[in-house]
Amino acid sequence: MAKPNTRQNPAPGRAQRSSVRQLQGLKAAERIPELDSLIHERMRLGIVSALAAADSLTFNELKDLLKTTDGNVSVHARKLEEADYVHCTKSFDGRIPRTEYRLTAVGRQALQRYLDHMEALVSAARARPEK
Amino acid sequence: MRPLNQLRPSDPPKAPEPIHARAMDNLRFIRETMERAGSFTAVPGWGGFLIGITAVGAAALAGPSVQAARWRMAWLTEAVLAVTLGVLTTRRKAKLASISLASGPGRRFLMSLVAPLVSGALLTVALSRNGSYETLPGLWLLLYGTGIVTGGAFSVRVVPIMGLCFIALGAAALILPSPAAELFMGLGFGGLHIIFGLIIARKYGG
Repeated sequence: MAKPNTRQNPAPGRAQRSSVRQLQGLKAAERIPELDSLIHERMRLGIVSALAAADSLTFNELKDLLKTTDGNVSVHARKLEEADYVHCTKSFDGRIPRTEYRLTAVGRQALQRYLDHMEALVSAARARPEK
Repeated sequence: MRPLNQLRPSDPPKAPEPIHARAMDNLRFIRETMERAGSFTAVPGWGGFLIGITAVGAAALAGPSVQAARWRMAWLTEAVLAVTLGVLTTRRKAKLASISLASGPGRRFLMSLVAPLVSGALLTVALSRNGSYETLPGLWLLLYGTGIVTGGAFSVRVVPIMGLCFIALGAAALILPSPAAELFMGLGFGGLHIIFGLIIARKYGG
């Protein structure tokens, strides 16, 4: 039996890479910067985007906002933290532990680069002559 | 997880989505996530609506003149009632949305609102000592509006707009003679709370 695919987001997969290859022949594509695979993943992109708008958010706020599970937020937020894209502060609200996340300057720059990248891809597609 | 029948190798491979469509989808996702993160308002719409209803009652009981002790008693009672309703409904909204009021937008709003309200209370004591009651309606409307504008600066747009309406009524109340100022109290704390409370409740989660 084939092993089920347990990856939650296949976005940066084969289709994406083949589409990038399609564009590599285009002059416009030469201006497209390298893709930041760290925030290309949908959940991490969601965390970075949310923190760009909300200054700081707690673990539960992120979980509710992105409609996901504890484990998902935990794993992806840790990866972003390791890359210094987000800063995590742990404290206690009474007896309840509270984890708060903030976007770092590095993370904000990464999101800006990613936005530029996506806009460049859209522009490149628009600049492509109709066949 | 997708059902197993979608994972069968016999399924015909789908044509790759054009990259610009994927890029546009990503941009849309970023925008929507940022809107959701930035647009949560801890301001309770139904709480505002209830405060508006009680304020209309206070305006009816208070009578037309700020110089009467009954007027001040009615509005001070309304202030206590409004704070109680505000705290209870804010906590309820935050609980329903699983949002902590100790951080994020809720905390920012409360911290910004408390300072002008405390200043208003202190100025009320000072002005009452001198018997300068005629400035109270304008002062209360102005300071409450200031708190809403500063607290709502990073919230949904309707919140600072409500604050600006309070400031406009407060300015008018300071300029115009009695009984216009007393009338503006009812229009502001009653009318504006009811209108904006309903808008917030219907569009921004209760």
